[in-house]
Amino acid sequence: MIHSPYIRKPASIQRVMFTVLLALTPGIAAYVWQIGAGILVNLLIATVTALVAEALILRLRKRPVAIAIGDLSAVVTAWLVALAFPPVVPWWLTVIAVSIAIIAVKHLYGGLGQNPFNPAMAAYCTMIVAYPSLMSQWPAAGGIDFSTQLNLILGGVRELDAITGATALDTLRTGLRADGTVGSVMQAGVFGLAGGRGWEWIAGGYLLGGLFLLATRTITWHLPVGFLAGLASTAALFWIFHPDQFASPLFHLASGGAMLAAFFIVTDPVSGATTPRGKLIFAAGVGLIAYLIRAFGAYPEGIAFAVLLMNICVPLIDMKTQPSVFGHRGNGK
Amino acid sequence: MISRLFSFRGGIKPDAHKNESAEQSIQRAPLPAALVVPLRQSTRATARCVVSVGDKVLKGQRIGEPEGGLSTAVHAPTSGTVTEVGLFPLAHPSGLDTRCVVIEPDGEDRWIELKPFDYHSASRQQALNQLRDCGIVGLGGATFPSHIKLGKGSGIDTLILNGAECEPWITCDDRLMRERAADILSGATILRELIGARELIIGVEDNKPQAIAAMREAAASREAGIRVVPVPSLYPAGGEKQLIRVLTGVEIPYGKLAGEFGIQCFNVGTAHAVYRALAHGEPLVSRVVTLTGNVERPGNYEVLIGTPITHLLSLCRPRPDTDRTLMGGPMMGFALPRLDVPVVKGTNCIISASPALFPPPPPEQPCIRCGECARACPAELQPFELYWFSRAKNFGKAQEYKLFDCIECGCCAYVCPAHIPLVDYYRFAKSEIWAREREKAAADQARDRFEFRNFRQEREKEEKAAKLAAKAAETRAKLADTSATPADAATPPAGETAEDPKKALIAAALARAKAQKAAAQPKNTEALSPETEAEIAEIEARRKRAQESANTSASPSERTPETGA
Repeated sequence: MIHSPYIRKPASIQRVMFTVLLALTPGIAAYVWQIGAGILVNLLIATVTALVAEALILRLRKRPVAIAIGDLSAVVTAWLVALAFPPVVPWWLTVIAVSIAIIAVKHLYGGLGQNPFNPAMAAYCTMIVAYPSLMSQWPAAGGIDFSTQLNLILGGVRELDAITGATALDTLRTGLRADGTVGSVMQAGVFGLAGGRGWEWIAGGYLLGGLFLLATRTITWHLPVGFLAGLASTAALFWIFHPDQFASPLFHLASGGAMLAAFFIVTDPVSGATTPRGKLIFAAGVGLIAYLIRAFGAYPEGIAFAVLLMNICVPLIDMKTQPSVFGHRGNGK
Repeated sequence: MISRLFSFRGGIKPDAHKNESAEQSIQRAPLPAALVVPLRQSTRATARCVVSVGDKVLKGQRIGEPEGGLSTAVHAPTSGTVTEVGLFPLAHPSGLDTRCVVIEPDGEDRWIELKPFDYHSASRQQALNQLRDCGIVGLGGATFPSHIKLGKGSGIDTLILNGAECEPWITCDDRLMRERAADILSGATILRELIGARELIIGVEDNKPQAIAAMREAAASREAGIRVVPVPSLYPAGGEKQLIRVLTGVEIPYGKLAGEFGIQCFNVGTAHAVYRALAHGEPLVSRVVTLTGNVERPGNYEVLIGTPITHLLSLCRPRPDTDRTLMGGPMMGFALPRLDVPVVKGTNCIISASPALFPPPPPEQPCIRCGECARACPAELQPFELYWFSRAKNFGKAQEYKLFDCIECGCCAYVCPAHIPLVDYYRFAKSEIWAREREKAAADQARDRFEFRNFRQEREKEEKAAKLAAKAAETRAKLADTSATPADAATPPAGETAEDPKKALIAAALARAKAQKAAAQPKNTEALSPETEAEIAEIEARRKRAQESANTSASPSERTPETGA
């Protein structure tokens, strides 16, 4: 027998996921415009892999397949993997990464809603450890045309220096290690107005999509604000004292995966903190660790590792930040 | 007078669906062929039947005598003949039986001679007794006896009249306020006097502008100090705690009564009934019920208590695709397991449900911890955490996360994108916790009994020994000096005087231990609402049934491993 309530808001997981996919489109559009249509091929490969992997593992787990495929959560994971990875990684790398995200990180922990780690970020970390060079070949804006991109994705010969450059974060890092100053290093062509040339437009696209998510109340402000504030304030702390050695907070916000992470990665509800204060702590922690890895770690971009590290802390954060309950605040009497 | 309104967190705005029935003025429902009047009309208490089969009764004649502190009198809703006194199913999800008086109306609807009650000269206690004898209980749904709620008549500063009616579809209070505003206000001022309150606030959701206007107009002709306050239409603004919060800013925590904070809250319908009882001496034999939903003729009817739901359905005419009938609103009401049950004093609405109006919930999906439920929860809980704990039967953790602060308003389940029947999980967890506490209480009692039995046996043994010793001493003394005068015969036996202080010590220790146990933290089985009580009874019955069936089915299979071994 069905019990009350007998009415329900027309909401569904599918609708939530679809909104997220929709919010990613401005960023993808900017991606195609600035870097090339290769990303669309990657998105397609990732999507197909995710759906096949999801169906396969659901069948193995003897769970209903259609409803889980239909919830679009696997597609969101797939898109995030594709967007977080360099757009010219070979197709098999995307296939492995998405399979790891879906099968190992999501379903081996119990499927949707059960995974303690962000699937896309776990896949990113696995791949950057396993294939460090392939994972750091980022084309410059307008550097290579679509057919070259397609050729690379389909496994063509990689003449590295000719076709791929380093990212802004990478260039900054290498430059500073070679005793340059921020000012001198940032004369290089890969830098744009605020972040990496071309890439900053994509970041703007993500920002736009993120505002859409906020407007539709798909996400709350705590996570993006916490992350961006954590990243920017840590960056500011170093930058104020040593502007020669450390890039400005604005540069950190506009480059790498900061905007994608702020609105689409740290906002993963399953693996992130859930209480309002917990969300701020979780996201600020990701921002802080991401900055430390960028500035002092072995990798130019540290968001993925930061997310996984903070994922571990989520149960503790949630437990310690439970909001007060109605009537338990001690009002008057 | 402008005063600040507060707000509660969370809440939802479902489609109100008030228009279906809001414009239908209150009509008298025609007499049914038979009225089935439950003797259990107030919470936790059943009245004692004072009529027998064949008796002729008049409308308003007492058929149930209040018995016990929480009981109220029950009256014949119309004139007629008592045809049966027995067990009939109650309007409750369980469909459990309760003792009812069946009255066949004679069609005259003749009142018993009503004695007007002069409440101006009556004492407070007399007025409270009058309310009890008129069967006045809370008409908002809880059916708590009003004379108990009026309490000791001191320490209450603010009287709140609840006219929020936040549940979708229901319009009975709306109509009552529009049509009988003056009577409601008269009842409210009587209540205010009885309770010793200074302030009187009437809270009405702002989606009922006509009710607000009517109440304001009625209030304008009276003395100052009455405020009709429109509150934002946000479910569950009519929840007692939520309304008190909105109107006064005070938050009543779980396990505490509003009275402890100087506030008391009555439904507008109750105020109306109080007026009829105290000004006209009229017992509560009818109430306004909204008939709506998938029906041809929605409306608001003045319905006699005991009228079968089937009779009401013949008035509003459910459409052919109706598949269920709900009692109460769609957020907190329940689907009636059968339709031959009678209207009781807490029945505010009957909704005919069709799959089109109330579609079956889509299949349950996994919780993605999106937190929508937490944003909707008016108790400011983390419903998804409670869900995970309830699901894992981690009841200790669920209580730590304040499971019992949940008012089961259904907001969380309403917004959940994974379509999880969250409230069902909380009901399950609560009933399991109650069962465990009851088991523990029973075990405690058994242990106490056992310990006392040991103590008693020990004491009896000692007493016996002392008596024997005394007797022996006496005999010895008798034998020793049969010639001498028995000088020491007057002194009591030595054993008894030695025993008395010991007994007192033990008794004192037992009393201390009992007091300590009583002073320990309150249990979840205390301070329960009447519905919850009924629900627990239902759950216990179900559990017993399940256990019995499990026992009978388990016994043959239990033997199998033994034969194998």
